[in-house]
Amino acid sequence: MTGVALELRDVRKRFGQTEIIRGASLQVNAGERVAIIGPNGAGKSTLFNLVSGRFAPSSGEILLNGARIDGQAPHRINRQGLARSFQVSNLFTHLSVFENLRCAVLWSLGYRYAFWRFLASLRDANERAEELMAMLHLERRRDVLAMNLTYAEQRALEIGLTIAGGADVVLLDEPTAGMSKSETRRFVQLIRDVTAGKTLLTVEHDMGVVFGLADRIAVLVYGEVIAFDAPEAVRANPRVQEAYLGSVLAHAHGEDA
Amino acid sequence: MDQTVINILNGLSSGLLLFMLSSGLTLIFSMMGVLNFAHAGFYMLGAYVGYATSRIVGFWPALAVAPLVVGVLGAVFERACLRRVHRFGNVAELLVTFGLSYLILEAVQVVWGRAPVAFDPPALLAQPAFTLVQSAGTGLSLVFGHADAATCAHAACTTFPATRAFMMGIALLMLLALWLLLRHTRVGLVIQAALTHPEMAEALGHNVPRVFMLVFGAGCALAGLAGVIGGATFITEPAMAASVGSILFVVVVVGGTGSLVGAFVGSLLIGLLQTVPLTVDKSLVDAASALGWQVSPDGVAYPLMKLTLAQVAPILPYLLLVLVLIVRPRGLFGTRDD
Amino acid sequence: MTEAPFHFRPINLGRWLTWGGYAFALIVAPLVFSSSLSQTLLSQMGIAIIACLAYNILLGQGGMLSFGHAVYSGLGGFLAIHALNKVGDGSLHLPVSLVPLVGGLAGLFFAALFGFVTTRKSGTTFAMITLGIGELVYSMSLMLPEFFGGEAGVTSNRVVPPATLGVSFGPQIQVYYLIALYCFICTGLMFAFTRTPLGRMLNAVRDNPERVAFIGYDTQRVRWFAFMISGLFAGIAGGLAAINFELATAEVVGAQRSGAYLLFTFLGGSAAFFGPIIGGVLMVLATVVLSELTKAWLLYLGLAFMLMVMYAPAGVAGLILVNLRLAAFGKLKPLLPGYLALLAAGAIAFTGASAMVEMLYHLQLNQALGPVMTFGGVSLDAKGAPAWAGAALLFVAGAAAFEIARRRFRVRWDAAQHDIERELKRREAA
Repeated sequence: MTGVALELRDVRKRFGQTEIIRGASLQVNAGERVAIIGPNGAGKSTLFNLVSGRFAPSSGEILLNGARIDGQAPHRINRQGLARSFQVSNLFTHLSVFENLRCAVLWSLGYRYAFWRFLASLRDANERAEELMAMLHLERRRDVLAMNLTYAEQRALEIGLTIAGGADVVLLDEPTAGMSKSETRRFVQLIRDVTAGKTLLTVEHDMGVVFGLADRIAVLVYGEVIAFDAPEAVRANPRVQEAYLGSVLAHAHGEDA
Repeated sequence: MDQTVINILNGLSSGLLLFMLSSGLTLIFSMMGVLNFAHAGFYMLGAYVGYATSRIVGFWPALAVAPLVVGVLGAVFERACLRRVHRFGNVAELLVTFGLSYLILEAVQVVWGRAPVAFDPPALLAQPAFTLVQSAGTGLSLVFGHADAATCAHAACTTFPATRAFMMGIALLMLLALWLLLRHTRVGLVIQAALTHPEMAEALGHNVPRVFMLVFGAGCALAGLAGVIGGATFITEPAMAASVGSILFVVVVVGGTGSLVGAFVGSLLIGLLQTVPLTVDKSLVDAASALGWQVSPDGVAYPLMKLTLAQVAPILPYLLLVLVLIVRPRGLFGTRDD
Repeated sequence: MTEAPFHFRPINLGRWLTWGGYAFALIVAPLVFSSSLSQTLLSQMGIAIIACLAYNILLGQGGMLSFGHAVYSGLGGFLAIHALNKVGDGSLHLPVSLVPLVGGLAGLFFAALFGFVTTRKSGTTFAMITLGIGELVYSMSLMLPEFFGGEAGVTSNRVVPPATLGVSFGPQIQVYYLIALYCFICTGLMFAFTRTPLGRMLNAVRDNPERVAFIGYDTQRVRWFAFMISGLFAGIAGGLAAINFELATAEVVGAQRSGAYLLFTFLGGSAAFFGPIIGGVLMVLATVVLSELTKAWLLYLGLAFMLMVMYAPAGVAGLILVNLRLAAFGKLKPLLPGYLALLAAGAIAFTGASAMVEMLYHLQLNQALGPVMTFGGVSLDAKGAPAWAGAALLFVAGAAAFEIARRRFRVRWDAAQHDIERELKRREAA
């Protein structure tokens, strides 16, 4: 897999009178891991929403593997190989862990709106769901309803739903939000494992995670990408330091060392 | 010409009555996300309570008392029942108001019976507001109150009842009051805040559950007010809730859920759509023959095509609903997209 | 391999046992309840079960609240009755037993047509649209007497010679077994649906419509297809009703019918598959039997419904399942005295309240018969103070006793639930 997996060209988004995304441009190469950081309100989640199709941009283009996806419906974009997770776990609450994962693999395995086959007979779907459960270390919670899982388990299932369909471009929205230090460490390892070989775009606040996970960092401030570079370069970038409370970066630098 | 003007005014007055109802419904829906299925029931309650009160103290005091009573009943329901199901979600809230609509219907029938009651407008409103006189010589002219018999012997006279004029007046006053309340008072500000961010408003110290109760009660009071006027103008009977209930939801969907402007425009549109076509006694068959095209009675589409516009009038709002859904699912002024 | 936490699916009780039992009940019911009234009731119940199960595809499985379900069962019924007439006069060569399928196809067709527009929205807007379309169809039914038969409706004759194997569908019992057969097959098919990809995705749409798009499915498509399947079975129910009553009138597409489907499916329990079966049975019992016993039946129904929504939103099925869970953990026996106390207190309060309601109704609706009425064998003077005082006393006493019993029960109930949760955790960790 080579080339530019995801590209944003001067993407703008306004809600009413306020322009939230003001000309964001980005080029993410295939297999690359990119972290998006920025102060609160910079528009990170909005950017994700634009890329994943929840909103259409007011202007500008978004390309997935060279093809335009801006303005398309989310399920269309998903079928072209892009998946996203949510900051607040967005699970199928009354379905079990296993059912959640099985649902997530159905489309990618070709079982469209089939009402003439039994789920139990879909060998590949069931096996894939079992595989995913093992990857996420959720086998022991197989039949627990998603709404009854612990927070960390829900976040893990959230990631599971995102990668289940085999998407090549994965967007993770604050995957480690609300986790303790040790949970975060384990979770980052999980993310590395499940997204191996894929293009990863993640919004993160935890600088330790960012510097540990990312090949390149994009800094989003007031709807614009003010820096997009390797971690060290971003850390040293004066604009970034100015915009983003230099102390935070310095702290992370100290931790990282 | 005079007929047309009166018809349009009739349509507008029906629309404004619908607005009194749909504004309350929209407020409740925007604020609490609850679709008050029993809203038409509160309308009916307003008419009956107005009737009962007017028999004791007369129409004008009843006009003030009945909405208050209905508002209080609405607030009590919100406190006792609606609040309890809030945690089960919007569907449960809708269902509990659905059950309430059955209850109100039965309660009304057991207290006042199944036949219509004689809720007549007061003397002041029981006459025409004005009469339009269409004569060959002087054209169209307007006479306040009755036109004398001599004039009407030689010209076409159509009256516009004072009840309808009163209805329009109250509705417009109500619109003004709502606008002033929401935009220019503190209470209105809090309501607007709680509308989109109830938790934040609560965190800022406002008693949001109490605001909800007040808004629900106010919405029901508006429905009750509409009921007093509607019941006196038209007919007060147990079927009046059902007849206005489904139209009300068409208004809300066409206008756009969550928008008061949408409720206003939608109400007027539907009001006109229900009334104006009633005067057209032509059908598609007539239209076709006007174009020189004969439709045979044995044709498959004949039963449909022979219906006059007047006969089809009741379903026009629903056809508009379907059209709006295909062309603009958000509604004319819709803000909430669920 | 850890033991799975306790969960309820009918399959756990033994697939063959459940379905065998269901078939057995369907076959044996009219032999046990053999009066002609019972046969009529049972036939109607079979139809109602199919209709409510079809409705629950939308409500319980899809989270779609529809106020216009009667449109599909009703239109299915009308098309079926016209087909039946055509079979009768020889222009359509179809066995009477297959006429309900015509209804099913009609239901499917109209669900596809109206559903395309209806499923564009969700939640409360969806509900309002279904209401609007219901009113649209009902209003049209009065405008097109050629198809809908005007005020009198469309009649037919289900007996079409020759009778194959002695079955002419003249006697009610034969119609019952036809209905029972359809009921069994349709229940089976609808249950199978819940175990298919589309059925499961429908659940996903119910739980999280937004997420569904992000796993590759078009939410609206899923809803539309489910709507069509629901319409198909609703149409079959309508077709069976056409055969059963040999009549179809405008009210079969009306708002009251739609409201009844909603009310009783919810009462039966929308979260469990078998809930609507209970709902269908209740629907017939209430509309046919209860309405004969008292004029206030709609009031009772409305109250029962509101109480269910507020205190037991999982319906009768939910209550059964909760108690089954208690029994499985051996916690039910200790709670039985509490249940009995609640029941007794509730019965007293209910007697008092319903006496007052009945007297009120009697005064309003039966004025010509004078103020004296019988209530449960006791004659009461509805205008007299003693009757009212007595009823009020019963109600207050019963309500007070109920409240006391409820508080005691609540403590025991919470303790039992707590113990069960602890046991589940223990099993999981083992």
